[in-house]
Amino acid sequence: MTETILSPMSLLAELTHRCPLQCPYCSNPLALEPRKNELSTAEWISVLDQAAEMGVLQVHFSGGEPMSRPDLPELIRHAVGLGLYTNLITSGVLLNEKTFPALVAAGLDHVQLSFQDIDTANAELVGGMKGAQARKIEAARLVAADGMPLTLNFVIYRENADRVPQMLEAALQMGARRVEIAHTQYYGWGLANREALMPTAAQLEQTTEAVEAARKKYEGRLTIDYVTPDYYADRPKPCMGGWGRRFINISPSGRVLPCHAAETIPNVAFPDVRHDTLDHIWREAPLFTMFRGTDWMPQPCRSCDQREKDWGGCRCQALALAGNAAATDPVCSRAPDHERVKAVLDTLPAEPPPFRYRRYARATDEVG
Amino acid sequence: MSAALTDETVIRFARGVRLQHDRVRERWIIQAPERAFIPDPIAAEVLRLVDGTRTLGQIIADLASRFAAPVDVIGRDVHVMVSDLMTRQVLVA
Repeated sequence: MTETILSPMSLLAELTHRCPLQCPYCSNPLALEPRKNELSTAEWISVLDQAAEMGVLQVHFSGGEPMSRPDLPELIRHAVGLGLYTNLITSGVLLNEKTFPALVAAGLDHVQLSFQDIDTANAELVGGMKGAQARKIEAARLVAADGMPLTLNFVIYRENADRVPQMLEAALQMGARRVEIAHTQYYGWGLANREALMPTAAQLEQTTEAVEAARKKYEGRLTIDYVTPDYYADRPKPCMGGWGRRFINISPSGRVLPCHAAETIPNVAFPDVRHDTLDHIWREAPLFTMFRGTDWMPQPCRSCDQREKDWGGCRCQALALAGNAAATDPVCSRAPDHERVKAVLDTLPAEPPPFRYRRYARATDEVG
Repeated sequence: MSAALTDETVIRFARGVRLQHDRVRERWIIQAPERAFIPDPIAAEVLRLVDGTRTLGQIIADLASRFAAPVDVIGRDVHVMVSDLMTRQVLVA
């Protein structure tokens, strides 16, 4: 192999899959990790040490709900001591005046707080937790009052897509400096609920216009990151900036993954930090080398002038839509399987089906 | 939302933003919420002088003397750069 191996920039530490919410678009895998399999504090500390040594600059503490872990302040403090930029990705329902001071004292740099909607009734229907919205608003208030930078994250789907202008205005009122308006990505739970979540083309256009207008209106006060649903695109997204190029994801049980959906990839071993070093996994584990760079690419990617821009798109999406993780991302209009994306959009039901909520499987449940 | 910058303006990093040396890649980076920017070498020189006490005028004078360049030229560039970084919420006045 002649592929250059870069140092990873960013580590997503999924501390737990436990979460008080049950959002049907959750990025966690369908098979949620039980608490007994979670890495210990000492194991996470070792992960942070190794990541900093390799050149990781930012660590994103996520989940599940990372605040379900009582050792979160300790892990933040350790990461800060290593010079890592620390980001907490939280639902906010456990962030309150009792729990937040320890995070501030630990040196946390930034909070990303998710909202299911700006409409309380719908937000709590989607999150599956009564009273969650008031807790989130209080969490935002605490972070903003401290002066710590705050990003609000809104996942966009059919039912809330029309309320993007209100979300952006509310974000400003709540003291956020950044907002993510992120259309649902259709993996894991999002894929299982695709027919209920997918917006129409007209809704997508409307959200894009709302974001563009708000970027002008709030320039210098609110930075807006916008993620589109790529089913409507002609070109695939450069998923994770390229497989094994900048990003490492660690699952609650210590699996080391190139992206948070990678556990769907078949016929490959999942390396984990209990059995190998992070650096060795990053450089040599088949899961990382299999789609790194351009050597693995089929046509039309291999001879495409975009191959080092979009890196062939998303492997998990190729698997989900074309049944082959090594195929060109079907979102690409040049992909042999592009018609499959159009077929999904053309057959969306007029009435959305009920959600399949994100829950731990009971013994009698089917697990996809 | 730019209050006019003058040579008396004291600038500092916004909370949650910092300049940091990337030991592995041997370069300066701006660490910010969920992203890292790579400043060009001149921006890095400017940002290394941002400490929340120096005025823009002092920063410009320092650069002008170290790089033996005219104060008005450096001054113009620094004002444009700082204004851009304020729009991007890296710096605040």
